[in-house]
Amino acid sequence: MAESATHVRPPRRAARRGARPLLRAAALRLAASVLVFWGAVTASFGALQAVPGSTVDALLGNNDASLEVRAQIIREYGLDRPLLEQYLTYLGHALTGDLGRSYQLNQPVTQAIGASLGSSLRLTASGMALGLAAATVLALLTAHRRRWVRAVSSGVELLGVSLPVFWVGILLLTLFSFRLGWFPAVGGDGAAGLVLPAVALAIPVTAVLTQVMREGLERALEQPFVLTARARGMTDAGVRLRHALRHALLPVVTLVGWLFGVLLGGMVVTERVFGRPGVGRLVVEAVVAKDLPVVLGVVVCSAALYIAVNIALDLCYPVIDPRLRGAS
Amino acid sequence: MTAPTAAVPALRTAGRRRAAWRPGLWAAGLFLGLVVLAALAPGLLASGAPDAANALAVLRPPSSAHPFGTDANGRDVLTRVIYGVRPSLLAGVGATLLALLSGSALGLLAGLGGRIADAVVMRAVDIVLSLPSLLLALLFLVVTGPGTLPSVLAIALYTMPIYARLVRVQSSVVGRSGYVEAAVSLGLSRTRIVLRHVLPNAFAPLVVLATIEVGAALVAASSLSYLGFGPKPPAPEWGAMLAAGQEYFAVAWWMAVFPGLAISTTVLSITAVGRALQRRSEGRRA
Repeated sequence: MAESATHVRPPRRAARRGARPLLRAAALRLAASVLVFWGAVTASFGALQAVPGSTVDALLGNNDASLEVRAQIIREYGLDRPLLEQYLTYLGHALTGDLGRSYQLNQPVTQAIGASLGSSLRLTASGMALGLAAATVLALLTAHRRRWVRAVSSGVELLGVSLPVFWVGILLLTLFSFRLGWFPAVGGDGAAGLVLPAVALAIPVTAVLTQVMREGLERALEQPFVLTARARGMTDAGVRLRHALRHALLPVVTLVGWLFGVLLGGMVVTERVFGRPGVGRLVVEAVVAKDLPVVLGVVVCSAALYIAVNIALDLCYPVIDPRLRGAS
Repeated sequence: MTAPTAAVPALRTAGRRRAAWRPGLWAAGLFLGLVVLAALAPGLLASGAPDAANALAVLRPPSSAHPFGTDANGRDVLTRVIYGVRPSLLAGVGATLLALLSGSALGLLAGLGGRIADAVVMRAVDIVLSLPSLLLALLFLVVTGPGTLPSVLAIALYTMPIYARLVRVQSSVVGRSGYVEAAVSLGLSRTRIVLRHVLPNAFAPLVVLATIEVGAALVAASSLSYLGFGPKPPAPEWGAMLAAGQEYFAVAWWMAVFPGLAISTTVLSITAVGRALQRRSEGRRA
């Protein structure tokens, strides 16, 4: 603790990393991901134990059951086992993809999630694609531009960050569905029904990504290699697209965790606003009905998805940043 | 953060950005003043009671008598929006304060408490940060049941790690600085050093972060009550009003649009002021 700040330590860490920093980073990330998954499952199990009222009552709902039925349920669900054993069983089941049965829907949780996954994936994928495309275009157009362009752009970004997704959704519905009648107001799983929810979801994504990408672009545009490119007679658009954009993409990749949360949270709210079927609606209905296995299932699934996305990203790094390619 | 070395264009843009936002900042500050006034004394700004129903004026569009229109029970939407400031603002500020205090304690523990405490706290922080925040809040609400206090606690639970991270970094930076070394060699006690020397110096960026996060917490709280997990229906809360307004959407757009406008303008103002604070504190450090 008393180590002085001026005392420069030898760069031990850099040396220890050795020749394969990428592989090492990927392994570390994988270990962290496993930890996250374990954390999600354990938190879920903890919630299961903490919820007031017994699991049997939750399973039975409002039905009065005889003692024999109760005993049978207790045996079937293993509720008479020691807590540690229940926990290990739960963990084992989660690892093998078995998330238990829903209290309310009378079907396995995985089946319930699977049934509503398609609609949610379409929504989040189009929301993210739209947000990423809009942010790229906006950042390319506004980086190092005139004062008023930047002022307008950062004002719009501030607006995009601050507006709650559900209010944006309601405004879009009021204007484009009820006033103009361009898009269906409720339901509509087709392409026309997807436009407004995707736009509502894309707005916060665009706002934050534009800021990050513009900052990255501006930093890249100040680098000597940009001067070199310009000296070779390259056009401004060429410099931005061919040289600077890659550098602006790298910080975006580090935001994926944040992006994941925004998309998932936005999805829950957006599905409510637009009356779309999906995982968000499933989870909200499960919370209302205290259908814990479904809520837990969604939490565990999203943790697994988060891990998968992170691993895919680790594989993408060398594509975005060729400097990492030689190392692996 | 890091000052660019070839700084001529960067310096110019920094100067520009600061100049560009002044009028907006004033408007934001003014609006926030109004919001705080409405939270403290809603009776000063609104004429009637928030749940005074009038069966003769149901679903009236905005007019001079009812600037924001009336809802399905004939209640004045403007009055309800004004009375809705207090629960919404309390939820945002309360969740942030709670997260700030508990997060700072964890961060101090991690930054100054040795390697094991650091590892345990930071891994826990990693786990919470990598789970989607709204899902975490919903999981918490299944266990506790809906309500204002559970929502605030749920939001505090998942925002806490941000502060823990920041305080950890700050405290380990400050902990290595010359004046803490001096305090140690003077023989001051550990608690005294942490409370009197480390914490105050780690504080400025924390306040800036918390200011911005109040807006996010406010949106989160109103999202939860929009989904139906906030205060019980007759209470004038913005998210709940919005959800109620959505049922009458096709005939009475004002019921949902104005509470949403209130949320958005408040959050926008908070974010604008928070960012101005951020620029100031970063500028001073550079």
